[in-house]
Amino acid sequence: MRLRLEKRLEPSRAMLVLTPVLSVIAIMLLGIIIFDGLGYDGPQAVWELFFTPVLDVYKWRDVASKAAPLIIIALGLSLGNQAKIWNIGAEGQYILGAIGAAGVAFVTQSMTGFWIIPLMILVGMVLGAIYAAVPAVLRTRYGVSEVLSSLMFVYVSLQLLSYLITGPWKDPDGHNFPQTAQLTDAQLLPHELWDSGIPPGLLVALIGAVIFYIIVSRTVFGFSVRAIGEAPHAARYGGFSSNGIVWATLMISGAMAGLAGVLELMQLTRLNLGYPSGYGFTAIIVSLLGRSHPVGVFIAGIVLAITYVGGQVAQTFVHVPNATAGLFQALLLFAILASDLLVRYRIRISTTSPSTKGAHS
Amino acid sequence: MTMTFIIDALVTVIGITTPILLAASGELVVEKSGVINLGVEGMMLVGTIAGFAVTFETGNPWLGILVATLAGAAAATIFAVLVLSLGANQVATGLALTIFGIGLSSLIGSNYVGIAIDPLESPFPDALANDSFWRVIFGHSPFVYFAILLVLAIGWFINKTRAGLVLRAVGENDLSAHSIGYPVIAIRYAAVAFGGAIAGIAGADFSMVISPLWAEQMTAGRGWIALALVVFAGWRAGRLLAGAYFFGVLMALELYAKASGHAIFPSQFWAAMPYLIAVIVLALISSRDGKDGKAPACLGKPFIPNG
Repeated sequence: MRLRLEKRLEPSRAMLVLTPVLSVIAIMLLGIIIFDGLGYDGPQAVWELFFTPVLDVYKWRDVASKAAPLIIIALGLSLGNQAKIWNIGAEGQYILGAIGAAGVAFVTQSMTGFWIIPLMILVGMVLGAIYAAVPAVLRTRYGVSEVLSSLMFVYVSLQLLSYLITGPWKDPDGHNFPQTAQLTDAQLLPHELWDSGIPPGLLVALIGAVIFYIIVSRTVFGFSVRAIGEAPHAARYGGFSSNGIVWATLMISGAMAGLAGVLELMQLTRLNLGYPSGYGFTAIIVSLLGRSHPVGVFIAGIVLAITYVGGQVAQTFVHVPNATAGLFQALLLFAILASDLLVRYRIRISTTSPSTKGAHS
Repeated sequence: MTMTFIIDALVTVIGITTPILLAASGELVVEKSGVINLGVEGMMLVGTIAGFAVTFETGNPWLGILVATLAGAAAATIFAVLVLSLGANQVATGLALTIFGIGLSSLIGSNYVGIAIDPLESPFPDALANDSFWRVIFGHSPFVYFAILLVLAIGWFINKTRAGLVLRAVGENDLSAHSIGYPVIAIRYAAVAFGGAIAGIAGADFSMVISPLWAEQMTAGRGWIALALVVFAGWRAGRLLAGAYFFGVLMALELYAKASGHAIFPSQFWAAMPYLIAVIVLALISSRDGKDGKAPACLGKPFIPNG
């Protein structure tokens, strides 16, 4: 008897949904073993990491405010994933979004008006899109891989942020701390909507998920994105412009990352060195864990947000380092990437001789 | 006075260049085989804690380096299994490896924060290593000499040996290499594990020489500079060596600007330079005709033998 892989004609829809769930469960079990091995109380650490944030009503707000930027960025990335265009510089576009909004805030410090907040959002989204357009130019005109260029620009944006908050935009009343001045009331969205504990970002994420669902499943653009990803030659033959899709997916994901950056700035009320939190990178996990589907992305964003909040809980109660959350996010991504195999192949236990092999290919 | 300053500056540049030269040399071999592993930073971090912890516990720095090498290779093997055997996406898996390395090193390293070890010193006699002039050549840690020898050896291997030719063939056209009968997957496994081992050594350089203590994320993004360096070098070993010291000068200017407030431009300008220059060089190379200095044709693409 031997195990044999057999390529599926169509990706398995059941596995597409089932494998992320199985991955999360597998990582919980693995977590118990790892923590026990390191001398912590394994079951309790995993409980605090994954369940306390869900069961403790006071943690819901934290989960929601961490989930919002992850979902918003990941929705944008999910379009590119489907076209197999890899924007891994979302962290940079997210930072540029915040820089754009902070720039508007800097200029409008002594002003009031209903237009300030929309302007901050608009400038943040435009800057995010422009920052993502640079890899698009490089790819469509010079054939430079968007993977390498978008990644490099993340580190340029970090330096730009650092320069602005230690130099021209430094808060004059900030006791020399590297940070911008606090946003004024005219520059802030309410911390929560209708006293419900829901941060505005989560509502944006929800609306975004609906819009992306419609784009992907109901528009010609959504269809062409998938066509380019699944059969680039056929799609080009069918008249879809692959350069156009490169531009569109990169700029849309840049604008979404920029939007997340603006909303996060409004949550934190100022830019400082702690602002770049890696959401842009974690969002890549979210988009893959959510199978690049708006509903999946929404759920995955909440799961990843739970590991962030749970990491802090586990640090307090089981004294594991906070970075543990990152370790679990990575293991989760490993599991989901590995389980992709189950989506594309089926495992057959064959007792027959290997001579029948090849019949499926 | 001026002489001392120049020598100090050179010693600094050579010191901070070494880990990126090492990590980029390893990644060069990986990318030549047609695989892109974005987990360099993570593998380096695994190396920092492995090298530090073993050196601290056993008192033997060579054992520390050995374990860092193995740890880096082990981390790379996780990546290799996922992308080569299970066909996972290389970009996502590489990023996951970095997140993994940050998390794992922080988890293990939490027991070692605030401890110092004796830095690994020059292998040459004190008279040379501490001489006010000759220290510029003889006053470095063994990592410095190893890194230079390694990149030269890699250049010779890739360009002058039969095995190197096979490696390039696998990276340029995996299907042809496969049809001639070369084991594409096995060669890529070896290249990825090698790259991880060298990244582990680069990490050990950080925690055993550059700052002989352990701190969370102590490689501070240098793994990404190593990736930029491979791009900057146009996937060639000779230019990798020269480019590494050029990037080293930029990093030294960043440190100098940080310490003194300004070095013509603010420190952030110098810090951003390696990435910007790498992208510009990549655009110039990519827009040229011909194959010279371009990325291996199969870079980042999965190997699918029969459709």
